[in-house]
Amino acid sequence: MNSERSIVGTNSRRVDGIKLVTGRPAFTDDIHLPGMLCGKILPSPHAHARIKRIDTRKAKALPGVHAVLTYKDVPRVPHTTAGQSWPEPSPYDTYLLDSKVRFVGDRVAAVAAENRAIAEEALRLIAVEYEVLPAILEIEQAMIDGAPVIHDEPDSQGIHDARHNLAGYILKEIGDVEGGFRESDLIIEREFRTQRQQHCPIEPHITISWLDSDNRLVIRTSTQVPYHTRRQVAMILQIPVQRVHVIKPRIGGGFGGKQEMLLEDICGALALAARRPVKIEYTRQEEFYMARSRHPQLLHIKMGVKRDGTLMANKMTVLATTGAYGSHANTVQGNTGSKVLPIYRTPNMRFECHVVYTNTPVAGAFRGYGCPQGYFAQESAMDEIAYTLGMDPVELRKKNMIRLGDIDELSAQLGEGRKGLPRHIRSCGLPECLERGAAAIDWASKRQALPEKSGHLRRGVGVACSMQGSGISGVDWAAALLKLNEDGSFNLQVGAADLGTGADTVLAQIAAETLGVTLDKLIVCSGDTDFTPFDVGAYASSTTIISGGAVKKASEKVRDHLLRLASKMLEVPIDNLTCRDNQVVTKCACAKSVSMEDLAHYAMYKEKVQVMENASHWNTDSPPPFCAQFAEVEVDTETGHIRVIHLVTAVDLGVAINPMQAEGQSEGAVAQSLGYALCEEMMLDDSGRMVNPSFLDYKMFTAKDMPKLTTILVETEEPLGPYGAKSIAEVPINAPAPAVANAIFHAVGVRFRKLPIRPEDVLRALREKKV
Amino acid sequence: MKTMQVCLKVNGESKQWTIAPGDVLLDVLRREAYFGVKRGCETGECGACTVLVNDKAINSCLMFAAQAEGCDVLTIEGLTHGDELDTLQEAFLDHGAVQCGYCTPGMILNAKALLMRRPHPTEEEVRDLLAGNFCRCTGYRKPVEAVLAAAQVGDLHTKGKKTTRRAGATRP
Repeated sequence: MNSERSIVGTNSRRVDGIKLVTGRPAFTDDIHLPGMLCGKILPSPHAHARIKRIDTRKAKALPGVHAVLTYKDVPRVPHTTAGQSWPEPSPYDTYLLDSKVRFVGDRVAAVAAENRAIAEEALRLIAVEYEVLPAILEIEQAMIDGAPVIHDEPDSQGIHDARHNLAGYILKEIGDVEGGFRESDLIIEREFRTQRQQHCPIEPHITISWLDSDNRLVIRTSTQVPYHTRRQVAMILQIPVQRVHVIKPRIGGGFGGKQEMLLEDICGALALAARRPVKIEYTRQEEFYMARSRHPQLLHIKMGVKRDGTLMANKMTVLATTGAYGSHANTVQGNTGSKVLPIYRTPNMRFECHVVYTNTPVAGAFRGYGCPQGYFAQESAMDEIAYTLGMDPVELRKKNMIRLGDIDELSAQLGEGRKGLPRHIRSCGLPECLERGAAAIDWASKRQALPEKSGHLRRGVGVACSMQGSGISGVDWAAALLKLNEDGSFNLQVGAADLGTGADTVLAQIAAETLGVTLDKLIVCSGDTDFTPFDVGAYASSTTIISGGAVKKASEKVRDHLLRLASKMLEVPIDNLTCRDNQVVTKCACAKSVSMEDLAHYAMYKEKVQVMENASHWNTDSPPPFCAQFAEVEVDTETGHIRVIHLVTAVDLGVAINPMQAEGQSEGAVAQSLGYALCEEMMLDDSGRMVNPSFLDYKMFTAKDMPKLTTILVETEEPLGPYGAKSIAEVPINAPAPAVANAIFHAVGVRFRKLPIRPEDVLRALREKKV
Repeated sequence: MKTMQVCLKVNGESKQWTIAPGDVLLDVLRREAYFGVKRGCETGECGACTVLVNDKAINSCLMFAAQAEGCDVLTIEGLTHGDELDTLQEAFLDHGAVQCGYCTPGMILNAKALLMRRPHPTEEEVRDLLAGNFCRCTGYRKPVEAVLAAAQVGDLHTKGKKTTRRAGATRP
């Protein structure tokens, strides 16, 4: 946005790129520790059972086994695995190991042995006698009178109503929805259903833990939340925070699944028991059903509009399941309301949600965090309204969308599990997103062209919009530490967790821009609880705006210090100096300058001062990025196959610090959403066991399946963001699914309200409709 | 435990390793600190463990180490010449084709095998090929672009022309 910027806004190569393309050891598993043991967890074969007897003697006697743990051997501390700021808004309903198991895959016991084969043999030698209990697998069964109680333990805390399997409950209303419906000319009322989707990071969850020479517990782990993990592990293992050192190496993808303290507690417990380093790595199969997933929801939406398309009332009622434990139960579902409904100016809004326990794999944080479900329902319903009124779907959205200067009050009602702060819209590129997106897909002519009514291949186009947040207002905060070295390079130390998102690069770009140095002068160290300052971690699209805000502040402080030193050294008034091209230079024509390297020498050996500053940052608001997405699809009426031909994403992300990386974030989100729309689903049998826990049977979009992608960055200047940046990671995952569903309707005239939309669903619907 | 010897070349260096008959190549390579070979699924679906065996891309999780007897194995560590990156590695960096980087070594090696046998692949051929390398980060557009760009650069190399790099290209 600003032509004077030399690094912010450029497609810099990643600062960590070379090590990744050359395969240098960078990830959690890329070390060998002497004496390292293999840890394995015995998963429950039952969806709901009590452990009546558990005998580990044979396992312990097996040569090569160094530790076997059951609930009898570990502290019983109620906690949540959700990696969130303290005090966590998720219920404390989980135990390191328990005498009750609540889903197929729940922890029964854990072993550490010399190698994987011995560890697996030891698991087989653990004799368990279960009292199998009736299980709840269907979301609608959870609250029925007489349903089995999943959390009947007395010591869990923060569960809304354990006796009715209700992990959380939310009800917020603005205005008077019933009054709004009375004033409406058209009311659309529909039900939608979304499935359980898995993150599928190509690097599964992995943790290595050992005791260092000071007897501190070191946890090297693939996590998005190193600091929360440190606090949680200390609490669960009942050791002081001071004794825990969490190291986040390079992360092989997370997408929210690693905003979770998942293996760190049990791996640490095994290392403490065995007094040897222990590694636990999920297999792909374990990653599917023993990690986390997206919350399945049943959504009921009722929208009322005037004849001219003005929205009068919007009421969304959700029944969601969090699976066996309430990780992120309240906050994900809160987002389904707070980040979805307010995208349209509606005087009357009501959001109600029951979040229930079921004996199914545990849901958690997943990119989009409740929004993909909500937008699938809302954007499908908006499309129906447009068709019913005879309005262009783009025009209906333009008429109602939130605008610059608006205040979203629903966000104030629905904070991070508590009352939040209202959202002021200080930047909004949504109108431009709709216009440029529509042009890119050739909306006007493709909408005009009547879908081909003959032949078995039918084409259609659809649109959907969404917004997200940039950090959690009033909650998320981060710190950065910046230190000058004697060659004019800088150590940038941040608690932020680059999980493949390019955060290290973006943060270095912000620092380099502010300091007037080239990117290669920054040495980034991120996510180590001993060596970097605090950061809540990588989630809620917070890193660029919150961690970036801290980096910018710290860099400004360092720059001011450098200018003071240079002023003394060059005998030039400070306001005549600026940092540029790895030097401090005069602004006037006298053209005095000193290189950063010489200035560093001057500081260290003449002035005897370490130039080093830290800064902390948080926001009182969460500026939303906006997105308009357009899909063109081709439906084969003979096979039911849906081919996505073109997917256009126009996204307002504020200022793009690194446009190439921002595009990559957007396109990755689109790929995950297309899978959500058309094929990805964790399927459970009637005993609660996942039947497709492999990449062969759980279908994701590959390079061959992907449509043509057009990504348009619509840049706006966000006053609250560093250099005007907002966020990009999550927002493009929200609308591809409804855009595809709306395009299918345009193509064949059938509405699909359940995800994924599979070929068999299409064929069945087409036969019923006789298309 | 029964053991056996296997003799092979890895990245041009002769190796003689003691292995168990059931060891898979992925595990042996990682044990020998070729950490660029990644574990993603162990069932031959994701392609993260791709290495070249006699110039052919294979999933090292599906091959017994013993089957590599007498073979030439190339891992990502062997693709660089000193500090000089391979054209594909440069292209992946310049085109933003690397995000988390976990699938990257496998993707680059698979593309390397393709370019060795077909220096001018079409986009469709590249997409067919990369369908064997799962990436959950990029949406595949940039990796496909990177492979096609590397093919063009390779072409310039063979014609003896100077290559141009897009590194750090600024926005218009």
